[in-house]
Amino acid sequence: MDFSAISPVALIVSLMAASTPILLAALGELVVEKSGVLNLGVEGMMIIGAVCGFIAAVTTGSPWLGFVFGAICGALLSMIFAILTQYLMANQVASGLGLTMFGLGFAALLGHKYSGIKPPKFHSIDIPILTDLPIVGPLLFGHDPMVYISILMVFVVWYFLNRTRAGLVLRAVGENHDAAHALGYKVIRIRIMAIGFGGAMAGMGGAYLSLVRVPQWTEGMTAGAGWIALALVVFASWKPGRALIGAYLFGGVTVLQLNLQAAGLSISPAYLSMTPYLVTIIVLVIMSADKARASLNAPASLGKLFHATT
Amino acid sequence: MTPLLHLSGLTKAYPGVIANDDVGFEIQPGEVHALLGENGAGKSTLVKMIYGLVRPDSGEMRLHGEPFAPTEPREARAAGVAMVFQHFSLFEALTVAENISLGMENPPENAALSDQIRQVSANYGLTLDPDRRIGDMSAGERQRVEIVRCLLQNPKLLVMDEPTSVLTPQEVDVLFETLRKLRDEGTSILYISHKLEEIRTICDNATILRLGKVVGTCVPSEETPKTMAEMMVGTELKTPSKRPYTPGPSLLDVHDMWLQSADPFGTSLRDISFSLHAGEVLGIAGVAGNGQDELLLALSGEERVTNDAIKLKGENVGNLGPNHRRLQGLLAAPEERLGHAAAPDMSLTENALLTGFTRQRLTNRGFVKWQATRNFARAIIEKFDVRTPGTENAAKSLSGGNLQKFVIGREIMQRPDVLIVNQPTWGVDASAAAFIREALLELAEQGAGVIVISQDLDELMEISDTFAVLSEGRLSRVRSASGVTIEEIGLLMGGTEVDNAAA
Amino acid sequence: MLRLEQRPEPSRAMQIATPIIAVIATMIAGGVMFALLGSNPFTAIRIIFWDPIFNDVVASYTRPQLLIKAAPLILMAIGLSFGFRANVWNIGAEGQFIMGAVVGGGTALALYPYESFIVFPIIIVMGAVGGFLWAMIPALLKIKFNANEILVSLMLVYVAANFLSAMVTGPMKSPVGMGFPESRNFNEYQSAFNSELLSNTGLHFGVLAMMAAVVVGYIALTRHLFGFQIRVAGQSARASRFAGVNPNLTIALCLGISGALAGLAGLFEVTGPASKLSTNFPLGYGFTAIIVAFLGRLNPIGILFAGLLMSLTYIGGELAQFQLQIPAAAIQAFQGMLLFFLLGVDILINFRVRLKTKGVA
Repeated sequence: MDFSAISPVALIVSLMAASTPILLAALGELVVEKSGVLNLGVEGMMIIGAVCGFIAAVTTGSPWLGFVFGAICGALLSMIFAILTQYLMANQVASGLGLTMFGLGFAALLGHKYSGIKPPKFHSIDIPILTDLPIVGPLLFGHDPMVYISILMVFVVWYFLNRTRAGLVLRAVGENHDAAHALGYKVIRIRIMAIGFGGAMAGMGGAYLSLVRVPQWTEGMTAGAGWIALALVVFASWKPGRALIGAYLFGGVTVLQLNLQAAGLSISPAYLSMTPYLVTIIVLVIMSADKARASLNAPASLGKLFHATT
Repeated sequence: MTPLLHLSGLTKAYPGVIANDDVGFEIQPGEVHALLGENGAGKSTLVKMIYGLVRPDSGEMRLHGEPFAPTEPREARAAGVAMVFQHFSLFEALTVAENISLGMENPPENAALSDQIRQVSANYGLTLDPDRRIGDMSAGERQRVEIVRCLLQNPKLLVMDEPTSVLTPQEVDVLFETLRKLRDEGTSILYISHKLEEIRTICDNATILRLGKVVGTCVPSEETPKTMAEMMVGTELKTPSKRPYTPGPSLLDVHDMWLQSADPFGTSLRDISFSLHAGEVLGIAGVAGNGQDELLLALSGEERVTNDAIKLKGENVGNLGPNHRRLQGLLAAPEERLGHAAAPDMSLTENALLTGFTRQRLTNRGFVKWQATRNFARAIIEKFDVRTPGTENAAKSLSGGNLQKFVIGREIMQRPDVLIVNQPTWGVDASAAAFIREALLELAEQGAGVIVISQDLDELMEISDTFAVLSEGRLSRVRSASGVTIEEIGLLMGGTEVDNAAA
Repeated sequence: MLRLEQRPEPSRAMQIATPIIAVIATMIAGGVMFALLGSNPFTAIRIIFWDPIFNDVVASYTRPQLLIKAAPLILMAIGLSFGFRANVWNIGAEGQFIMGAVVGGGTALALYPYESFIVFPIIIVMGAVGGFLWAMIPALLKIKFNANEILVSLMLVYVAANFLSAMVTGPMKSPVGMGFPESRNFNEYQSAFNSELLSNTGLHFGVLAMMAAVVVGYIALTRHLFGFQIRVAGQSARASRFAGVNPNLTIALCLGISGALAGLAGLFEVTGPASKLSTNFPLGYGFTAIIVAFLGRLNPIGILFAGLLMSLTYIGGELAQFQLQIPAAAIQAFQGMLLFFLLGVDILINFRVRLKTKGVA
């Protein structure tokens, strides 16, 4: 066993990359849930984003186009959920599960000719002098652009929800859709836009997995990342800033256990692979335990059916 | 003078019912106009058309003489029509300022808006703090938010749907002051209510609706409540006759009962104590949200309290669940018909089973005796005059009044020793309401104890032998219902204990 | 324009018709998908839905497979359906399936080579216990800490899969397996092997358990207070509390029953058709069972048919993979589509579609 190979700076740098996909997906789902919709299809939208982003990047040679295309495909897939739940009033839990199952199958179908290929490299930024600074350099200036974009999105989502009129309307819809409808707000239209945003963010997160994090396409490569993103939203009490903390905590556990596996810790690697899921459960329990506080932060209409009667 | 609002020939049909049929009337500038009618007379549909929530099938509306056909509330608001809803369209988790901002077309900056809210609320005597969360406010305060939201837009026409149903008598006085001030400034008010005294106090003219049609107009100050009621109902009403009450032995003793509300915005019960006797109808008044729900839950057994806090015929039942309490004779009918007292998508047979399986022995070792259950449902339907095609129809397919008759009937048919009902006639048409009150009185006459929790003071005055008020989770002393004045009740509702009136 | 109009009563005819409409719509959409993949859609649909039962060449092999594949799906779906009716969302049946196989199969491996008629009953019970206990984790966390059972039960699928992998590379690794990550083959152990009871029918003990579950499940749902209370709980939490239903007990029962049945399904699968524990053991049946539960209208009889249909798509999908080179994943996408169409057409139960007449909003 050799723990000296685990360097704290490298650990933090890689945990930020490990956290980026779930952070993006969680931010998207946070907005969806704030509008009162529970979309359990994050895993499906992520893997569709992963495969579509991968195909686009390999075909065009541009990772950037990969991210964009991944986001578009995630959003397109989310529209199936939107039609089912918003127009056809289907159960949100079942529809979300269906989205995940369909997404996993469809992604495998799309990607079966693409396994074993390397995607074009997505370069980390390199600012002369700054990036070369010891410790601070790699920590602050050495990441790839998506890491910065994900952090920027934390701020953007926070600003949108708390400082803009549109964000206020979205929260109102999630809080009490009947009252919002009575005031003349288009509940269904607003929710569909939120669902589409959630799909795009999940798709982008998925594309990051296949283009940067792994980087290649394999079937079922999301391995529960979408579900962890859902848990993260609860952990964050529907607050974007806390989603960042939660994502980095989770990323930290993932990276640490991978490092421990690499360092040859003398227990079965399968036990180490369990830890991210166990940590998610423990965190979920802690955050849900205070029932009163949990329900105060949760959007009051979350998951409820809306049918305008007038 | 051109009328502010002119309506003619308005018709709106829903599958199976014509909500409005050729409705027309006028509202002049600076007039307080009453729209009077029973539940189901078509008041709400008419108001929704004016506010752009529903489009009429035919007919015409004119505002200031111009054609007016709002397709959404936004348009109505832009034209100067504002509305205060019966069920507040407020967002509990948001602040006063955020709520008001949501109801405005072009809200100013947050700071400026807060200033405007303070200014308007001071002008009209409606105290409000812009930064408070709605969830922490009382019903009266919430209504102020709705009104201030409307006033900030300088409406020409203010529509108020049943505004006083959630207010204490003192709060009603404050509201009327505000309305008079608005009228004097030239604002017209369309005032929807079925409370005749209020309409006589505040309204200049009245239009009366029955079954979707205009059946008359009048000047309320020149009418008596009786003449208006007859126009509204169309037939003579049977009112229950009060019988002499001699208290029997004590059936239910509640002593020092506390309950922490499970709802973060709910009201906890504090130190509730009272006794209920055989043959007694105890009326419990109070403004909505003062612990009525919690009181019913604690008494029905849906929430447990300390075991000796509730004694039923001398036995402690405080930590028993609903079915054990039912077996011992304590039954209840909660306020919310669909989704609490009855399961919406289930048949009446299944809903009969819902509370009836213990006392009526509708199961055998856990297996349901469906035939017996169907017979029980049929008996309720026949005895309580429930209008429905049959026992297999879903609860939600029944009208409010019929479902309420079924729910109350289901409990009464089980011959309870103690029955607790919350808002037994809320949203129920007048004839069903009279029927239900009659049934409750009959039950008491047969020796049961009945608790009626209600926000309708007239109803309570009509059927109660004894009387108490629930305010902020505390129950006042129980006193004899005869001789209680409206002023006294009003003070109790506001939380002031009055000691001079001996029970 | 089309307009939706609420029916006064849910339509019973539509409750039966909608699954059939959904299957037909899925065949059409699936046909389009196969055409895009470069196969003849009519051939593909025939291979998937017709050949496994009626084709002379393959049916002798595929017909018994129908029951073998349907049994775990139906067994699990019946357990799940009770929870879904009560709004208790056990999404982790796959994990409970794995744990039933690991605990029951592990018990068998521990008893090896002791031969006795008592061995099989013991491992059946242990399989059920494994699944039950695994499902009690989300139940207890929900009851005690209000933790969302969807997320917890799902996370536990990944934990269970990793646990299985730790077992087959560690304590349960076959001593005669030449280092592969898999257990001893159960067909080497007479007392623990879940063999075919009638040759060429696919009938094994798991199928018998499935049939028992259909009958018991149907009676419990329609004739017993338990089924009634579950249905009330799903419609309205407040009404069910008013009816005296204990919400915590409902959560524990729903998760416990579905966990035990999933554990049983895992045990029968590992000691029979799969014949050994290995990292390839989880096939996603626990997730497909969710589709089966919905397709069967959360009703045991409906689930029986839905399970057989879904089993057919698995077998037909393998044939199509073999004969038309349609990727295996296509069948998963196909099953997902089926769920979408079913959820989509469900609206016809409570609403009717009307042509919008002029002037009416």
